[in-house]
Amino acid sequence: MKPRAIVLRAAGVNCDKESEYALSLAGFEATRVHLFRVIEQPALLDDVQLLMFPGGFSYGDDVAAGKIFANQIIHRLAEPLNKFVADGKLILGVCNGFQVLIKSGLLPWGKADAASANQDATLGWNDSGSFIDRWIRLASDGDKCVFLKRGESLQLPIAHGEGKFLTASKQILKKLRDGQQIVVRYEGDNPNGSEDDVAGICDPTGRVFGLMPHPERFVDITQHPAWTRGQVKRADGLVVFQNAAAYLKSS
Amino acid sequence: MHRIEVRLRSELPDPQAQAVLLQVAELGIHSAREVQTARLFFLAGELSEADLDRVARELLADPVTETYSLADDDGQGEGKVIEVHLKAGVMDPVAASTLKAICDMGFAVAAVRTARRYEFHGQVGQDQLATIARRLLANDCIEDAHFAAYTPPESHAGQYQLVVHEIAIRQLDDAALEKLSSDRDLFLNLTEMRTIQEHYRKLGREPRDVEIETFAQTWSEHCGHKTFRSDVSVRDERGRQVEEIPNLIKSTIFAATQKLNKPWCISVFKDNAGVIEFDEQNAVCFKVETHNHPSALDPYGGAGTGIGGVIRDPMGTGMGAFPVANTDIFCFGPADLPMEQLPKGVLHPRRIMRGVVAGVRDYGNRMGIPTVNGAVYFDEKYVGNPLVFCGTVGVLPRSMCFKEVKQGDAIVVVGGRTGRDGIHGATFSSGELTHEHETEFSGAVQIGNAITEKKTLDTIIQTRDSGLYNAITDCGAGGLSSAVGEMGEEIGAEVHLDRVPLKYAGLSYWEIWESEAQERMVLAVPQEKVQEILRVFASEDVEATVIGHFGTPEKQLRLFYTGTLVGEIDMRFLHDGLPRPTKDALWQKPERKSPTVRAVRNYTKMLLKVLGSPNVASKEWIIRQYDHEVQGGSVIKPLIGVTGDGPSDAAVLRPILSSRRAVVLACGMNPRLGDLDPYQSALHAIDEALRNIVCVGGDLSRTAILDNFCWGNCNKPDRMGSLVQAAKACYDGALAYGTPFISGKDSLNNEFQTETGQTIAIPPTLLISAISVIADAGKCVSADLKQAGNVVFVLGTTTAHLGGSHFLLASGKETGTDVPPVDTVGSRRIMEAVQHAIADGLVRSCHDLSEGGLAVAAAEMAFSGGLGLSLEISEMPATGKVPAQARLFAENAGRFLVEVSAAKAEEFAARMEDLACGQVGKVTDTGRLFITAQGDAVVDVEIAKAKAAWKGSLNHKEH
Repeated sequence: MKPRAIVLRAAGVNCDKESEYALSLAGFEATRVHLFRVIEQPALLDDVQLLMFPGGFSYGDDVAAGKIFANQIIHRLAEPLNKFVADGKLILGVCNGFQVLIKSGLLPWGKADAASANQDATLGWNDSGSFIDRWIRLASDGDKCVFLKRGESLQLPIAHGEGKFLTASKQILKKLRDGQQIVVRYEGDNPNGSEDDVAGICDPTGRVFGLMPHPERFVDITQHPAWTRGQVKRADGLVVFQNAAAYLKSS
Repeated sequence: MHRIEVRLRSELPDPQAQAVLLQVAELGIHSAREVQTARLFFLAGELSEADLDRVARELLADPVTETYSLADDDGQGEGKVIEVHLKAGVMDPVAASTLKAICDMGFAVAAVRTARRYEFHGQVGQDQLATIARRLLANDCIEDAHFAAYTPPESHAGQYQLVVHEIAIRQLDDAALEKLSSDRDLFLNLTEMRTIQEHYRKLGREPRDVEIETFAQTWSEHCGHKTFRSDVSVRDERGRQVEEIPNLIKSTIFAATQKLNKPWCISVFKDNAGVIEFDEQNAVCFKVETHNHPSALDPYGGAGTGIGGVIRDPMGTGMGAFPVANTDIFCFGPADLPMEQLPKGVLHPRRIMRGVVAGVRDYGNRMGIPTVNGAVYFDEKYVGNPLVFCGTVGVLPRSMCFKEVKQGDAIVVVGGRTGRDGIHGATFSSGELTHEHETEFSGAVQIGNAITEKKTLDTIIQTRDSGLYNAITDCGAGGLSSAVGEMGEEIGAEVHLDRVPLKYAGLSYWEIWESEAQERMVLAVPQEKVQEILRVFASEDVEATVIGHFGTPEKQLRLFYTGTLVGEIDMRFLHDGLPRPTKDALWQKPERKSPTVRAVRNYTKMLLKVLGSPNVASKEWIIRQYDHEVQGGSVIKPLIGVTGDGPSDAAVLRPILSSRRAVVLACGMNPRLGDLDPYQSALHAIDEALRNIVCVGGDLSRTAILDNFCWGNCNKPDRMGSLVQAAKACYDGALAYGTPFISGKDSLNNEFQTETGQTIAIPPTLLISAISVIADAGKCVSADLKQAGNVVFVLGTTTAHLGGSHFLLASGKETGTDVPPVDTVGSRRIMEAVQHAIADGLVRSCHDLSEGGLAVAAAEMAFSGGLGLSLEISEMPATGKVPAQARLFAENAGRFLVEVSAAKAEEFAARMEDLACGQVGKVTDTGRLFITAQGDAVVDVEIAKAKAAWKGSLNHKEH
């Protein structure tokens, strides 16, 4: 049976369609569902194994990127999502989705909670001070995350203004490193000034994963900026979704 | 109002503050040592100190990077303060979102406002502070600057008391009619005023204000396209009539489309966008708009609402299309214009450019629509009138390309609320700008809220697919007046203006009717589906309201306010009553001697100069700020090549992710030729747009084009004369290439009156946008060279004409009038041959020769591919005696530079046998661009150096 996924929509979310498509390519039965429907009826999550927070500008990124969406999670959906994680299911946040996970507390510690959310880590403005769309290289690390194995080398696009990963202290960073929660780092060129070149992290279980680059934008060879040169052999982003599907099938 | 200040922790770098400091230095104020910024929030409501602290800590400030305080920070340091607050009534999207979020936390907050605070350290005097505020930080049109902590009062907008105003015009003489038009900013001429007067004399009553305003808006140049629909009397320099053209647009642009009669054109020039076939199930539509006047006054808001407005065109086309791509083309004054040369009443081109780019970025990115194609041109004549073109492509099911309003359908307004924004926008855009416009027309500036539009889009597509409405259109220029007026043209409409949801109280009925508040759509909904459609909108927090119904007994437009009839208009008179004017046109080719540039032995320096000139140089700093990949369909991106930073000819995207079919988008424009020869200039624009389409693998036989005319004041016969020339070229060009026009728009009166009475008119500027549909995205090619040893061909003929070229511009010479004539027949044959060669897999890379000619194209292909190139220019096809400088830099149309693998070179050459084709050289691994003329080196440069020149002039300076 195909694993089931929900791609969560909200006002200003805008990568939901291609995320749904990427999930379906990787073998998921994926549907796009509005946040309000899940708030009204948390049981919608019951027979779903993966919840994706896609990219976009939820609520215009007003106040700060992902903040208002995260505020809704904290105040209206914390319990069902904390249960979702506790049940061994997967959460993926890409770009704005990553920002929502960080600002609601689902990352880095796997729990949405008003008091502790956003206290230890954040995603701030790029050093350049502006939005940037470009392709970057990533290297994966750690053995914990179910979405990416250690030692992967990937090329993916970034498209964000607030992607600079920052921790509140060196101790927090060390804790993340020691816990193998740092999943992907920018390789070569750090596009936004992130601490320790961090591009994506997971929670202590390895089942909640957020990253700034967009895996759903590289699931077909023709999406790579230099595909016409004839040397692109693999659509790197698809791997993230395939790994998730494989994990769910095996567990 | 409770005040909360949020600021970055002092140990963290503040890029926004750094940018402000840099721009302050650009103003010539070097004494500012440091700038600190803060975000301000003002909350109205019953909140305790502890509540405020929670809101600040959990919502407004980032715990890791920011601190907050609940008092004002004046007197904390020695810094001088500027606070920038939006004027009352101006849309504040952040405040709206913040209000919702605080309510989510369980607090009762009545209102939220936001502002920005800057603290300057160093020796900054009060007058310098005022300069910084005025020139840099606050826009008078929409914002107020305060020089100490300021807390706005809670707004108590006055309630509106209905008074119906009649305007006595039946007895007015001509002078009084003209005065009335001018006093009320109607922009109606005497003939039109007399027509209205006559109409009311027949009716035996005086018009009400809302009726007059409706005529002014519907008959405005912006909505009525009076100039393009006029009969034209073309005269020669002695005043003799040499030609009469009935209805200019029908005789030229429409006529070409009709004659071509392409079966794949579904809906042209009827709806909000032109619609063509995509595949068996889907159609694509395309519309390009301008938003010039608002962008001149408020670049950020003007450009943002420009893109927001054009996105609503596909949303309102047929039964509603989903937008899949945006395009943007800008024309600015020189970015390095000295401050002292800036006319009074205009913003500096650099400030306009920054604001426009940011406005398009913030709206387009938030909508989740990739911005995939564009161009930027600089010319001194754009100083008073910058041009901002925005385009949107949408996809809709072929079964939903048409709509029909039915008798009795409810009129439902969906999306944003109505405020005083944009009152008189349509009429304002129909007039000339003067140095006083900044203060007179601030109401015409609008601020957008992209997220409202995005929510509206999400729900409209759902209700469309559920069949919940019969017709849809957007609220654009002229607001409800225009939208309801058009939808109810055949059957009439009854509107209750007091039911329209307002941003704030106090609007009169005619302001509600004319407001150009953004993010609104109008639907015609069958009565039995009203409850269901309102439920769907509400389920995603989108406001939708029934404000009346379509269909009245006499097919009139009837307007009510709290039950009182406030306006009644005969639809037939409204839509057909506008007298069609006759315009005088005069066209004389300017007589100017073409300058000669002395021949030199080596043109390397000149090439580097042209590569770095603003029109040619890389626009990467703009492109990177736009998400050009969202929706995941991107195939050929705006930046290409081995390091992803070379220039692309056109964009290709797959709007349906599960299909290989793709849309190709490109544009062509050359304002430098417009003044010299508007006819040839228009042909060049068409040719360039189509060449770009062909370069990446587009299909000429499935390509449609769009026109956007930006001209000066066409009441002046010379401007009208050049407009006629360009319109004729559109007719000839469309037929010659077999590419129909499917949509178009004009923006006239782009002239600026300076304080001293001098008029600056823009050069005649015609943007041609092209859209093509191809079956297999996998066959596309890009412009970067692929492999050393491959063979390179030039296709198309070069002549000695250098008029309007970037070579002359970079040489510092006056431009001549010898514009290279376009050979449309030869050009089409070459385009078709290149297209088939690409489709058959013979081509490795392809680039068109345009600004800067062969030399620039060769350099761009080489550095994009990270490979060298050796060329012999005596091998390129040429007509007449063509010296090396023209072979290198001439800008003839219809030319390509094509890379073919060595193994296929013979086959390629054989296919091109009957065409102007020359094998000119080879791709090398030397890393140099090496060009010879009969064996003598004329260009020899490392590609890294050429690339640095090309990337140098605009990038990196703008952050």
